[in-house]
Amino acid sequence: MKPQRESVECAPPEGFRRVPVRLSAIAGSYGLLVIVTLLKPFSNLFLAWGMRQFSEILALNPAVYLRAMLEPLVALGIVMQILWLLTRMSLLSVADLSFVLPVTSAGYVLSTLLGRIFLHEPVSASRWAGAILISLGAALVASTPEKTTEGAGIGK
Amino acid sequence: MKWLLLSVIVASTVVSDVLQSRGMKIAGGASTSAPGLGRVLALIASRRDLALAILCMAVSFFAFLALVQTQPISFVVPASAGSFVLETVLAKFVLRERVAARRAMGALLVAFGILLVAR
Repeated sequence: MKPQRESVECAPPEGFRRVPVRLSAIAGSYGLLVIVTLLKPFSNLFLAWGMRQFSEILALNPAVYLRAMLEPLVALGIVMQILWLLTRMSLLSVADLSFVLPVTSAGYVLSTLLGRIFLHEPVSASRWAGAILISLGAALVASTPEKTTEGAGIGK
Repeated sequence: MKWLLLSVIVASTVVSDVLQSRGMKIAGGASTSAPGLGRVLALIASRRDLALAILCMAVSFFAFLALVQTQPISFVVPASAGSFVLETVLAKFVLRERVAARRAMGALLVAFGILLVAR
């Protein structure tokens, strides 16, 4: 006799809105959080790296921006930015902005670290302290229990 | 010029994020798969608020490019986190999200962190 499949009720992670989701979707949301957190600092690194190699100074002339976007590292950074934007928008459809912002802000420290390692930027003690304080504040926000909002009628 | 570009980044990021969050909340849960990302693209094409959010994001992006050319990334990225505090306030009053005391404390810590980074 075939065993009957049990229906399991799973609560969404803290900060995620209560929408009907499967366990795999929740795991996917956590995966998205990790992707969104990592994509931004790496795309920032490639953009900064590429822009340092770009000889012209950016002004209000759009042609200069277009030429800058053709730099290989800048182009890679742009592709990563687009992926970041789409994954983050997808994340924002299932999680609150005030949850996504702090949790993904670990990227601020990672950006500082990447700048120090790959671009050999001098990072003063106060700048390190600031980056750590930003992360601590972000972690504090992330630890708060989050009342979720309804999907429809926001801001009405 | 440095502070002007930073202000442009912060202001356009704030507007973009609030519009994105509002638009995506109204649009409903998007799948986390590749077709789900395709749906996000379709939403951007069909919703004015999301299209405006992308426009603001583009403004922020070009200001970021100009700033990061002359300023260290270890300054630009944390300093642009000024948007974080504004967005937390707007999340409460515009998006009607619950921002408790601990959440507000966290936002203040971030603000102090930004002051240290910007020194």
